[in-house]
Amino acid sequence: MKRRALLGAGSAAVLAAPALVRAAPPPRDLLVQAMAFDDVLSLDPAESFEVASSEVLGNTCERLLRFDLDDPSRLVGVLARDWRLGADGRSYRFELAEGLRFASGNALTAEDVVFSLARAVRLDKAPAFILNQLGLSKDRLGSALAQDGPLALSLQTSEAFAPSFVLNCLTAIVASVLDKRLLLAHEVDGDLGHAWARRSHAGSGPFALRDWRANEILTLDRNEHFHGPRPALARVIYWHVKEATSQRLMLVKGDVDVARNLTPQDLDALAGAPELRITATPKGGLYYIGLNQKNPVLAKPEVREALKWLVDYDALGATLIRHIGRPWQNFLPQGIFGASLAAPFHQDIARARALLGKAGVPDGFELTMDVRSTQPDQGMAEAFQQWAARAGLRISLLPGDGKQTLTRYRARKHDLYLGDWSVDYWDPQSNAGAFAYNIDNSEHPATKPLAWRNAWDIPGLSHETLAALMERDDERRRADYERLQDEFRRSAPFVILCQQTQVAALRREVQGYRLGPTSDTNGLAPVSKLGGGVA
Amino acid sequence: MNQPIAEMSPHGKRWRQFRRNRLALTGAIVLALLVVVALAAPWLAPFDPYLGDLQHTRLLAPSGAHWVGTDEQGRDILSRLLFGARITLWIVSLVAVIAAPVGLLVGTLAGFAGGWVDTLLMRVTDLFLAFPRLILALALAAALGPGIGNAVIAIALTAWPPYARLARAETLLTARADFVRAARALGASPARILLRHLMPAALPSLVVRVTLDMAGIILTAAGLGFLGLGAQPPSPEWGAMIAGGRAFVLDQWWVAAAPGAAIFVVSMAFNLLGDGLRDVLDPKSAD
Amino acid sequence: MRTALRFVLGTLLTLLGLLAVTFFIGRVVPVDPALAVAGDRATEAQLATVREAMGLNRPLYVQFGRYLRDVAHGDLGQSILTANPVGEDIARVFPATLELATAGIVIGVVCGVPLGVWAALRRGRAVDQAVRVTGLLGYSVPIFWLGMMALVLFYVRLGWVAGPGRIDLAYYYAVPRVTGLLVVDGLLAGNLAAVRSALAHLALPALLLGYFSLAYISRMTRSFMLAELKKEYVMAARGRGVSEARVVWRHALRNAAVPLVTVVALSYAGLLEGSVLTETVFSWPGLGQYITNALQNADMNAVLGGTLVVGSVFIVFNLVADLLYRALDPRVR
Repeated sequence: MKRRALLGAGSAAVLAAPALVRAAPPPRDLLVQAMAFDDVLSLDPAESFEVASSEVLGNTCERLLRFDLDDPSRLVGVLARDWRLGADGRSYRFELAEGLRFASGNALTAEDVVFSLARAVRLDKAPAFILNQLGLSKDRLGSALAQDGPLALSLQTSEAFAPSFVLNCLTAIVASVLDKRLLLAHEVDGDLGHAWARRSHAGSGPFALRDWRANEILTLDRNEHFHGPRPALARVIYWHVKEATSQRLMLVKGDVDVARNLTPQDLDALAGAPELRITATPKGGLYYIGLNQKNPVLAKPEVREALKWLVDYDALGATLIRHIGRPWQNFLPQGIFGASLAAPFHQDIARARALLGKAGVPDGFELTMDVRSTQPDQGMAEAFQQWAARAGLRISLLPGDGKQTLTRYRARKHDLYLGDWSVDYWDPQSNAGAFAYNIDNSEHPATKPLAWRNAWDIPGLSHETLAALMERDDERRRADYERLQDEFRRSAPFVILCQQTQVAALRREVQGYRLGPTSDTNGLAPVSKLGGGVA
Repeated sequence: MNQPIAEMSPHGKRWRQFRRNRLALTGAIVLALLVVVALAAPWLAPFDPYLGDLQHTRLLAPSGAHWVGTDEQGRDILSRLLFGARITLWIVSLVAVIAAPVGLLVGTLAGFAGGWVDTLLMRVTDLFLAFPRLILALALAAALGPGIGNAVIAIALTAWPPYARLARAETLLTARADFVRAARALGASPARILLRHLMPAALPSLVVRVTLDMAGIILTAAGLGFLGLGAQPPSPEWGAMIAGGRAFVLDQWWVAAAPGAAIFVVSMAFNLLGDGLRDVLDPKSAD
Repeated sequence: MRTALRFVLGTLLTLLGLLAVTFFIGRVVPVDPALAVAGDRATEAQLATVREAMGLNRPLYVQFGRYLRDVAHGDLGQSILTANPVGEDIARVFPATLELATAGIVIGVVCGVPLGVWAALRRGRAVDQAVRVTGLLGYSVPIFWLGMMALVLFYVRLGWVAGPGRIDLAYYYAVPRVTGLLVVDGLLAGNLAAVRSALAHLALPALLLGYFSLAYISRMTRSFMLAELKKEYVMAARGRGVSEARVVWRHALRNAAVPLVTVVALSYAGLLEGSVLTETVFSWPGLGQYITNALQNADMNAVLGGTLVVGSVFIVFNLVADLLYRALDPRVR
């Protein structure tokens, strides 16, 4: 008898204890974002290319310019006060603002700018190509980059590219300006401070890296030396939460302020919640299906077109990508200069069948589709599989994890590939150079753009793409890209599915939070929180 | 069935004892149902498990038309459960068919031969025993690629060691028994002794162990499917279905709950059955 | 002495086999590890450089030899995901899993043993069946689904426990990491609020794992107790007039505890593995999540390192269980 009473009292105590612990919502000057950022590999701007790291670096480092969030074709100076282009179309001169400092306290001068750009080229990591294509290559560095004074520098490109192209490339993360003195102080074996920079901070942005524990937490502290308006937040924490449902639960409970990876269903469910709001911005990323032209059936033009008539864009937009994307049919995402709004395709199974008949495969055929085993990729693949089945195409899915599918893709071993592609910098050349450019269709080219990965041999079209890159007149350049996209819709071995939307659900106390079209334009400086929270 | 107990054969006695154990009987019935359902799935399923209408029948709640609702691709979940039963049965049978004989062979061989054969075999057994089953399966599936076949291989590779140990322990006991000694004295070949005497002696406890293991194997397979390393979409494997439904677990809970419940029921049935079998076949380890 | 030596040698051999198997698996992965490091936009030239730097062009046995030598020096290589030495990474994440598994086994024992005793005492009756079924329930349900449902019920609706993560952010940087076990570190730092927070976060996943191990532990306790209660000394004690409670708890259970330790050891090792699925649901930054992530990104060094650690723990626990089993059961010798 006594034992039971004891047990009862004990269990009551055990059950009650946790209730005494109330997780307080984050205090007013701390922003907590629940986000899956297991893709952060390195925080050195010369190396980092992932979505999450770009966001962090977008806030901890600065570049010469950025584009205006409301009008991306307009460029605004950040570190550069002014810039000029010479008559030859190749000489750029930048003048820096005065009194700039790094988070370390060191002064920011033209020497740091030249050093940072040259460093990115010398380290030659993945994003270096953005600078290489301007003509900033290892052998040309001496003549291409020069410091003209403490606050002035000049840049000589290899060709007379469209100025918007050059300047847009300089807004990319790889062109971030880093603290030369700090980096060289941590240099090891002539690595220009790379090993240290992967995990540390050498920028001048409104926030500085305080702590990064992979797959756990990433903390940014306010940069007290920031030259711009002082950010309202003293600290921003990115909390790695992989499950969308967990993120949602934490948001609802108030344990986090922002949830970044919610699914369409979650967003639907939260849409009415009074204490939350949802913000969304179209992103420069697309989901597409690539058709490997090495497959003889897929190489037939009728088959290529037939697949484009299989997609039920309406259903897609209403269900699988609701809130997180919108149906799209062109290789330039909306917001990029020259993006076409034409959308001629819709689901027409009969038409697809007729085209397959014309191609000589009226009974359909078998195909495999490589896809990443995440959502919404896999959901879209399954839906496409069903639509294709109605036209007689039997598709078997080969889901794999990101790196697996990528390996096969780059080796051109696939039939169909469903994946995503984001712009590397905010200029049409970024995607044109991927989707509509392939001058070397051999097995060992220097680069492997998407057109190459699908064995699309297009010497003529590549030439046009190059011409569009060099076109200095805006109106003519726009027309060039319109033509390119027309041709692409007609004959390309790509089915563009949708454009991605960056979306976040946040608590209403969070003000000034805005997502940009690229991951490095999710600025934290203007963010603040209203009242509430126990400090 | 009203034979006096004294006259019943040992098997008859056991059967009667087994029948008395209600829970074990329930387990057996459930499993029998599983087999029936799996075999009759094409006739029982109200809809095609692979076809769904994205626009119109997506994520519908359980209703008269769809008893367990529909999933994120608009497919009827009940039909998918029924077809998924086949996959579950397939996985379970394959693992049992691969792992049990291998374990039996290795164990009896080791126990019988003794000496360096025993040491070598047990070393290998220990090596595989040393592997955390799920993590090895993860590694193998990542290496070989996702798919049911690879998942089965991965699970089977870690399932056999306990059977080997068990078989060896049983063999060590039996090998000393009189009838075995007699057989040896009579000149029976080792193979004959193994096949005729030692292996059958180890069978009862092995069967019990395998049955009890089945529950864990189903859960492991579900775990692999959940991590995306088992059966691939649109295959209606129950673990993969839970993974597919995990994004909807708050609002459309049935998408994940249904396959979860199915796994639970089958797993539980194996546990109950195994328990009952142990009581009957292996009274030493029972009470 | 000789037996002990044999065991040690055997264990080392097993460890070597473990390394060989994981190494082999790691090399069979159809992912280009250079790609994982350099990224999708890298040129062929850049990839070639990376491959050279990673030593991927050497023959397999040379790579394995290098690996063995490094491990002997405690160097498990560099993780491409975190840019840290793998050893450092594992040292950082392992305590989280350890904490979870330990809490789980404590719950499993604290609840499982009394339940098993109770079932043994009321053998054959409704209570016995109830205990068995309850245990089996925990053993039959997919743990990740149960975890999700539990989070919704106990965290969101009832607010009884804290949510995903190990500790409230407010205390994240307030507790210096000494052991890596947040409850212990919190106590060491004298920060009771942090300890309470850590416990609140630990509660649910630990309960889940504990429930999981409950089945096996209660079942085994029942078996051992029944075996003990049949023995002569029990009848003798009863005959002497010793109270039932003392007979059961002080005498029978004491003796049953010896084989029970074996069971607990094996259960514990099993929980370390079970945390792989639980950790994702609760955003618990432990070894399970680390290995899963590494596998998905072809971070081979991390995979090998993590599997080595888990495998070693398994081997050690198996060894312990084996020794105990041999010591107790003379039949097996």
